[in-house]
Amino acid sequence: MRNSRPALFALATLVLLGGGIALALFWVPDDADQGFSQRIFYIHVPIALTAYACFGWGAWKALRLLWLRDERYDLESYTAIHIGLIFGVLTLVTGSIWARTSWGVWWTWSSRQLVMFLVLFLFYAAYFMLRYSVEPGRRRANISAVYALFGVVLVPISFLAIRLSSDLIHPVVLKKSGPDMAGSMFLVFCICLVGMLSLAATMYSIELTGKRLDGHLRELREALA
Amino acid sequence: MSGYFGDVAALARKDLLLELRSRDTVPAMLLFVVAALVVFHFALPTDASARATDGLLWIGLVFTALLGLTRAFVAEREGGVMDGLVLATFDRSAIWLGKTLSVLAFLGLAEVVALPAYALFFRPIGWELVVAVVLADIGIAVVGTLLSAMAVVSRARELLLPLLFLPLGIPVIVGGVGATVADEPGRYLAFLALYDLVFAILSWASFEYVVAE
Repeated sequence: MRNSRPALFALATLVLLGGGIALALFWVPDDADQGFSQRIFYIHVPIALTAYACFGWGAWKALRLLWLRDERYDLESYTAIHIGLIFGVLTLVTGSIWARTSWGVWWTWSSRQLVMFLVLFLFYAAYFMLRYSVEPGRRRANISAVYALFGVVLVPISFLAIRLSSDLIHPVVLKKSGPDMAGSMFLVFCICLVGMLSLAATMYSIELTGKRLDGHLRELREALA
Repeated sequence: MSGYFGDVAALARKDLLLELRSRDTVPAMLLFVVAALVVFHFALPTDASARATDGLLWIGLVFTALLGLTRAFVAEREGGVMDGLVLATFDRSAIWLGKTLSVLAFLGLAEVVALPAYALFFRPIGWELVVAVVLADIGIAVVGTLLSAMAVVSRARELLLPLLFLPLGIPVIVGGVGATVADEPGRYLAFLALYDLVFAILSWASFEYVVAE
């Protein structure tokens, strides 16, 4: 069976992300406050939101695993969290670059989102430590799933904690009353976000296909041995 | 329902009796927390602010809790008791609740010594700190017991627990330190209570999957 989904996602990524970045560089107006450097916003924020989406997707698959007791979801949850961690690290890197250009420092504890991603990075890095330290099987699938579920609960709790503990200098652009930016900026932001999500979907489907093939190969090898 | 809580009480009593006879964990926690306070004194400059010593007290409390938590399921592992508990007819979440209660008792004992020692060595403590410590203990015990059950089946065991626990413990530190140093501790205490509630429900509901084969 030929799986055309990765190819479709890859095509969508190429068009949307390529187009979005081009628009972000050449079409949208400069930010009144930060000038040209604000354009990293079109990369940094979509990456951060995609990381959240991946962690959420991983937790959803973990919930399905515990609920339906179908081990297929274990690999899906793990893959989603793996991709999420990659995007999480990219969020830290791009956020750090943005902090350098607009606040003059590589790291600031007052940026709530950056601190949040550092906490999430530590949490999900421990997920991998846990996973590779338990023998593969039903037990490992369950434990990983429970830990992944803790992750989505940790996000709002940590967010609240960081809000309690810090003063505010991180720009808040997505408010309840609507996005606080020009229409063209919001359009490009949305294009970049969808592009970034398709990039994650591409990586997810490719990694999942690879991991499943590995599993099938192992089974075949064991059957032949 | 009384059957469920009867099981929980029996399991907690087993842990307390075991500790009373072997005296493995609590004396180590007591000694550790006092030693940590002494080390903190030498780590701080002589003119350190009250906020700095309060912060270090919380680090000491969390690390002491970690010390106790790494031992939480050791008896079960070494005696092969877990298989028996899982096969027993009671609800598996009772294992978690019983263990949480015994961990809470150990933490409480450690702090009965730690807080007066802190007051003696550094500065007097207020009611906010005591309330915050009680609420934080509940949070640490509910999350830590579940994570300890996870860590004990892994190869890395004691090494893994701090890695699993510390990211989840950050909100406890924020709430605890906030309640200790802020002018209005109410918000932080409410936050700690929320943390306890959310993670207690989650741990109670998911423990079964951690111990099930």
